[in-house]
Amino acid sequence: MRTRPSLFATAVGKKYAMAISGLVLMGYVLLHMVGNLKIYFGAESLNKYAEWLREIGEPALPREWLLWGLRFVLLAAVFVHIYAAYSLTVMNRRARPVQYVSKRDYVAADFASRTMRWTGIIVVLFVVWHLLDLTWGTTNPDFVSGDVYHNVIASFERIPVAIAYVIANLALGVHLYHGAWSLFQSMGWYGTWRRTFSIAFAGVVVLGNVSFPLAVMFGVVN
Amino acid sequence: MNVHLKVWRQAGPDEPGDFETYDIADVTEEMSFLELLDVLNEQLVAEGREPVAFDSDCREGICGSCGVMIDGQAHGPQRGTATCQLHMRLYNDGDTIVVEPFRSAGFPLVKDLVVNRSAFDRIIEAGGFITVPTGSAPDANLTLVPKEDSDRAMDAAQCIGCGACVAACPNGAGQLFTAAKLAHLNLLPQGQPERQRRTIGMVEEMENYFGSCTNHRECSAACPKEISIDFIAMLNRDFRKARR
Amino acid sequence: MSLTLESLVPHGAIEKAWDDHRFNVRLVNASNKRRFKVIVVGTGLAGGSAAATLAELGYEVVVYTFHDTPRRAHSIAAQGGINAAKDYRNDGDSIFRLFYDTVKGGDFRAREGNVYRLAQVSNEIIDQATAQGVPFAREYGGLLDNRSFGGAQVSRTFYARGQTGQQLLLGAYQALMRQVAAGKVKLNVRTEMLDVVTDEDGRAIGVVVRDLLTGEIRSEAAHAVVLATGGYSNVFYLSTNAKASNATAIWRAHKRGAAFANPCFTQIHPTCIPQSDDTQSKLTLMSESLRNDGRIWVPKKPGDDRAPDQIPEDERDYFLERRYPAFGNLVPRDVASRNAKAMIDQDLGVGARRNGVYLDFTDAIKRLGDDVIRARYGNLFQMYERITGEDPYRVPMRIYPAPHYTMGGLWVDYNLMTTVEGLYAIGEANFSDHGANRLGASALMQGLADGYFVLPVTIGDYLAPLLGKPQPTTEHEAFKEAEASVRAQTQTYLNSDGEHSVDWFHRELGKIMWSACGMARNAAGLESALQEIGELHQRFKTGVKVLGDEDTLNQSLEKAGRVDDFFELAQLMCRDALQREESCGGHFREEHQTPDGEALRDDENFSYVSAWEYTGAEPKLHKEDLTFQYVRPTQRSYA
Repeated sequence: MRTRPSLFATAVGKKYAMAISGLVLMGYVLLHMVGNLKIYFGAESLNKYAEWLREIGEPALPREWLLWGLRFVLLAAVFVHIYAAYSLTVMNRRARPVQYVSKRDYVAADFASRTMRWTGIIVVLFVVWHLLDLTWGTTNPDFVSGDVYHNVIASFERIPVAIAYVIANLALGVHLYHGAWSLFQSMGWYGTWRRTFSIAFAGVVVLGNVSFPLAVMFGVVN
Repeated sequence: MNVHLKVWRQAGPDEPGDFETYDIADVTEEMSFLELLDVLNEQLVAEGREPVAFDSDCREGICGSCGVMIDGQAHGPQRGTATCQLHMRLYNDGDTIVVEPFRSAGFPLVKDLVVNRSAFDRIIEAGGFITVPTGSAPDANLTLVPKEDSDRAMDAAQCIGCGACVAACPNGAGQLFTAAKLAHLNLLPQGQPERQRRTIGMVEEMENYFGSCTNHRECSAACPKEISIDFIAMLNRDFRKARR
Repeated sequence: MSLTLESLVPHGAIEKAWDDHRFNVRLVNASNKRRFKVIVVGTGLAGGSAAATLAELGYEVVVYTFHDTPRRAHSIAAQGGINAAKDYRNDGDSIFRLFYDTVKGGDFRAREGNVYRLAQVSNEIIDQATAQGVPFAREYGGLLDNRSFGGAQVSRTFYARGQTGQQLLLGAYQALMRQVAAGKVKLNVRTEMLDVVTDEDGRAIGVVVRDLLTGEIRSEAAHAVVLATGGYSNVFYLSTNAKASNATAIWRAHKRGAAFANPCFTQIHPTCIPQSDDTQSKLTLMSESLRNDGRIWVPKKPGDDRAPDQIPEDERDYFLERRYPAFGNLVPRDVASRNAKAMIDQDLGVGARRNGVYLDFTDAIKRLGDDVIRARYGNLFQMYERITGEDPYRVPMRIYPAPHYTMGGLWVDYNLMTTVEGLYAIGEANFSDHGANRLGASALMQGLADGYFVLPVTIGDYLAPLLGKPQPTTEHEAFKEAEASVRAQTQTYLNSDGEHSVDWFHRELGKIMWSACGMARNAAGLESALQEIGELHQRFKTGVKVLGDEDTLNQSLEKAGRVDDFFELAQLMCRDALQREESCGGHFREEHQTPDGEALRDDENFSYVSAWEYTGAEPKLHKEDLTFQYVRPTQRSYA
């Protein structure tokens, strides 16, 4: 009798892992964007919201514990997502050791599906920089711990930074557009609503996120 | 019309291969693509050169024997059409057409445009059947099958096993083939008792040969029977339930 | 050894014959079955179902197919459906009626006993296939749907869209693969059988095969050999058969002593897409279910060049409706085909090559709408459009008859054993059930009847007494002799430095056969065809050009052997057509017709099966007389 591979050892199992970790990350980017809309209500509103994030769970939990819990879940999701993507890529390379010599003419595969690896890498690099810039302040010229509103404006007042932020979010949007659709396919939930959902979801997240640097650049928020 | 055919020539699995270009004159619109290859082969034999090896049999789009990459697309540019049903009226005088074998680790090359697709047989062996020894069947009308279910099962069962899905997939995945057979049997009441066993067996066997599905949808676009990728979602769902 | 034709059909009441026979055949004890090895050649409906069933019973089965997988066999292309006497429609069908229709449809040239058994097991086939998951068409209530088909007046045809053959074959293939997985069937793909080996007692003890990828020629010994290698319509070059379909297996068995029965009984299918150019490699059949709604016509005026919609109603000749008012466009295949040929011979043909007749859906579309027609024939219309570039919803289809099915084949007795002991032929490879013409939706029925239900029972009768006797082995001298002759033949093709390709010779042979031994035959034409084929065959032997090597995939080499055999078979077909001085079913001798051009049978002198013995020189004709106790031969009338 041959031994049964563990679920995660199968490619289909890895796709479930990608779908579930992807769903967690999708929930995060949506909430992150919604929370940041507070910037339009002024400094006090945004900074209070940032402070609240550290306080939630109190008094049942000590300060920042829930936040760290969430951060841990997010980190785990990122790790699973990347590890599964990496090992699937290796498997797929192995599945076609001799590449086509003539040029392929793709019919259904779109820009989004074929650039998932690249948009994914762009998003990861962006996230690292984003943390350095607005969480730890390492790359922020005028970082004031606790004054989120101030830090955001300080960062986005640099035009190249704002543009990079917009580009990274477009990459995120493309990634979400294919990912949100794929998630349902991989989990076995199908119907024509999937396409509508993925367009709407990616659109909302990108619009929200991109509005922040643009608002700063054009002086709507200052 | 006259066309130039750039055809992959390779004497054997371990021999080096390369494209060779041939000019074919007096091609008619009514010719099928395989008849174009026939004409090329007649030409080659007349010149004392070995003809191009390619698989074909029924030449009416149902046996699944034929299948090559034509200008970078499995079975060529026309949707829902096997290579044998592709006709030269789609081409113009002076066109250069590139013909390459299906490429996949699961389909090792045999010669020229011929590949070995036995991996599909192994997947069927791993559970692509309903166990019903001859003679043991009850009356056919004893089990009622809603027409909708039967029709959907038929949509999936149409698969001709040509391998275009694998060839077209950027990942070389065998999902559409496997999903079509799973859906055919898993949708019918007769297929329920072995549903989980079948799903696990076939999916795991598939992964011994082929890549993974990243939802490019190229398979369905290349499929001569235009089998829907919804069946791949069903495979994912059934595997999830079976492995739970 | 002299050849004897004992049909072994049980005496007594026909309804009980099969049951009695099943009781009387010797059985192999369940635990002894694994001691017997059976070779099955071919994996279509007959071979696939037989191999799966024999393995389920416990026999050791070795399967050979020249395809890359069993699922490619040409059974897969059957479109229309499969008959069964279920009488689910309460329209007066019964086993007897299916039997009666098949004997009559075969123009009284089939064995009553065999046909009755076929009708009996037809119902079990539907049960078996349904349980396997064959997605037959269903009603909204969940019950199986039926349609009337191919000249039947009852609705007894089960179907899976236009892909019934595909679905039934996949059912058999799946059953076969289950046995392969269980280790009970050893499957050899891309391996072609090139000879049957017999021992000193004339029993079949194995086969010689060639691995098509490596060129290796090797032997396999077994207690019995089953040939399920299909028909020989490709002798005409252009036919509805798959490109690789060939007669080599049955022809080489014939040369080893198996009598060949009724070789001239070939069926020309009326609804095929006409040839459109000289490089055409095959003809595509359109299911004859199209005749249920399409109306067949030609212009009344010879050489009429007008587009079909420009030809007014009163200048059209709906010739089938005119000549056969009761059956109209649904007359049997041979009648429909001959009438189309008659129209074209009078220069009434349509299309650029004037080689078709119209099959017009205009009235049906008017009556039922595009959607209903699309639901019924959508895939066929799409296929037609792919091939011709014309849209049949707007322009009438053009159709013409094409060689399709061969009723003739190896002579077999009631047990499906050929005149070589231990050698069986099933499905289209044998001659048994269709007489001189096969009814629509009966080929699938016969292939599966033979494979699932008949052979697995009757083979035990031959094997049982072999228990305890020495196993056949490939050490036997006969294997060495057969292998040597196969090797020598392969070398001959490679060594001949010829003028033309194999395909060239095949095409030339096809032209001779189609004009002399196709839809209409006459003595003078057949005599001269015999001469021409003989000459062309001689040219082939010295002048065929086969390039490449023997030890790799070499498709020209494969074809050379097959075409070589077609040459010999073609001559036997002409001889058979010559000796049968009557018209019956698919065999139409122009000398023998009624004043209004219908086939004229001669029951007094020709109510027999012609079974030819191979002698190396002039073949020898043996006759199995046919007697009819249940269906009285009458002149077929469809008026």
